Amino acid sequence: MIPRSRAVRRLEEWTFVVGFLVAVGIAVLALAVLLGSILVAAWPRLTPAILFNYSNSTNPATAGYAAAVVGTLWIVGLTLLFSLPLGIAAGIYLQEYGGRGILSRILQAGVSNLAGVPSVVFGLLGLAVFVRALGMGPVVLAGALTLTMLVFPYVVITTQEAVRAVPQSIRDAALALGSTKWQAIRKQVLPAAAPGLLTGAILAASRAIGETAPLLVIGALFLQTFIPYGPDSPFVALPVQIYAYTILPVNQWGGVAAAGMIVLMGILFSFNAVAIVVRNRLQRQRW
Amino acid sequence: MTTAWRFAGGEATEPGAAQAEPSAVGEPVSEAPSGREPFVGARVGGAQVQSQNLSIWYGAKRAIAGVTLSIPRHAITAIIGPSGCGKSTYLRAINRMNDTIRGCRTEGTLLVDEEDVYGPNVDPVLLRKKVGLIFQKPNPFPKSVYRNVAFGVQLHYRATREELGKVVESALRQANLWDEVKDRIDDSALGLSGGQQQRLCIARALAVDPEILLMDEPCSALDPIATAKIEDLMFELKKDMTIVIVTHNMQQAARVADYTAFLYLGKLIEFNRTRDLFERPGEELTEKYITGRFG
Repeated sequence: MIPRSRAVRRLEEWTFVVGFLVAVGIAVLALAVLLGSILVAAWPRLTPAILFNYSNSTNPATAGYAAAVVGTLWIVGLTLLFSLPLGIAAGIYLQEYGGRGILSRILQAGVSNLAGVPSVVFGLLGLAVFVRALGMGPVVLAGALTLTMLVFPYVVITTQEAVRAVPQSIRDAALALGSTKWQAIRKQVLPAAAPGLLTGAILAASRAIGETAPLLVIGALFLQTFIPYGPDSPFVALPVQIYAYTILPVNQWGGVAAAGMIVLMGILFSFNAVAIVVRNRLQRQRW
Repeated sequence: MTTAWRFAGGEATEPGAAQAEPSAVGEPVSEAPSGREPFVGARVGGAQVQSQNLSIWYGAKRAIAGVTLSIPRHAITAIIGPSGCGKSTYLRAINRMNDTIRGCRTEGTLLVDEEDVYGPNVDPVLLRKKVGLIFQKPNPFPKSVYRNVAFGVQLHYRATREELGKVVESALRQANLWDEVKDRIDDSALGLSGGQQQRLCIARALAVDPEILLMDEPCSALDPIATAKIEDLMFELKKDMTIVIVTHNMQQAARVADYTAFLYLGKLIEFNRTRDLFERPGEELTEKYITGRFG
């Protein structure tokens, strides 16, 4: 056997580390350029008024996102309210109770495929089922239910991963003390998996907050001059409102749209920050 | 004999029903054991766990092949044998923890207090309250010491805070752990040493008041001092409960066990009082194993 050259091995090591660093650098740089350009474009319009003005299509100086911010909060809040319990329950079933039978394999394949369905398809489904068949009309609830279908597979999959990551020894310990399967899951597995479940919530919220196409399809408003008053209210959401401004024929709306993006990201980041703080607290003191 | 604590549903088998069969298995324990007297198991009345022709499969692989064994009450019985001989499988059959393993199938009869553990009306949840299991690797919950011990109690009882506190303290005292943890009862159990964690697991099992304690190589991850503490604890516990310990450490079996069973390739080769088994093994295989010539 010929000994491998140390110099070559060291060079190899160094090359790959540099390669990985470059990859990370490109990603961070792209994000920085994106944020920077949006911020520059948004700067003239980035005043508190942008949050309190309603939408209009005539004067960029008085246009804003009051209805859209509230609409987004409604939509995302309801989506999480529906999708988290549903997705977590389905994830627990598939991971802990489903077994390896044909039924659970079909369900599993269904969930995985659902995660890959383009969002506009969910929009069409929402339009057909919630807006038309169930006669809800293009309201907050229909939007939230549509987005619930959209984020459901993500919640299921992250729940499964979080639950799977809990060591079998924890389940065995609980079962050996005479716990039922559900007691073991409820009292030991879920608390241990809580940080992972919150990751699912972050993913779901991030997904729901940015979705445009399904809401467009089910009939979100473009110009809304009132605050959505409830689940049965017509609505506009932030991404839809941003889109609406960008397609206006007059070329003065870029700043308003960019400001909307900043607002959207601000909401997203603050939501994620809360979730991350809660998650870290859960991880630190799980007892 | 303590009053049988039935773990089956309301229509439990009558105590007499299962009794006829086992007597064929148990050989009376002679008062003064002498020489080569064959020994198959404890006297029926003194046996708490009895298996008759018990076989366990993992898929197509047979891990336990027709083991007939009577494990005496209020004594320590060791199960020894080389790795993969099925000793853990046999142990976990007793409180049906094998149920959690996919593809595991059990045949034959296993009686705990003359009740068929694999019978139709048995609730494994109640069985496991009566038959505790200590694992090879200490596996405390990622919670406080207190919550670890309280967990099992709260599964089975609605307890007030004071009641719970008393049970937790007495279980920790019973496991000789109280003095070491009384000032850190609300700290994470994961901060305890390995030996303390294992005794915590024992305390956790004791808190639900089991009659039988199964120990699956409980000391294999521990240093000699921690091991000695666990062995001392076993001596104290056997006054009130039946202990079955799986060990691959023959010195440990010789030190702690009153009875020892030697399993090889899923078969029971020999079962005897520990001293007899080690000093006058009746089978060549046993002798080879305990003298370290294979395994």
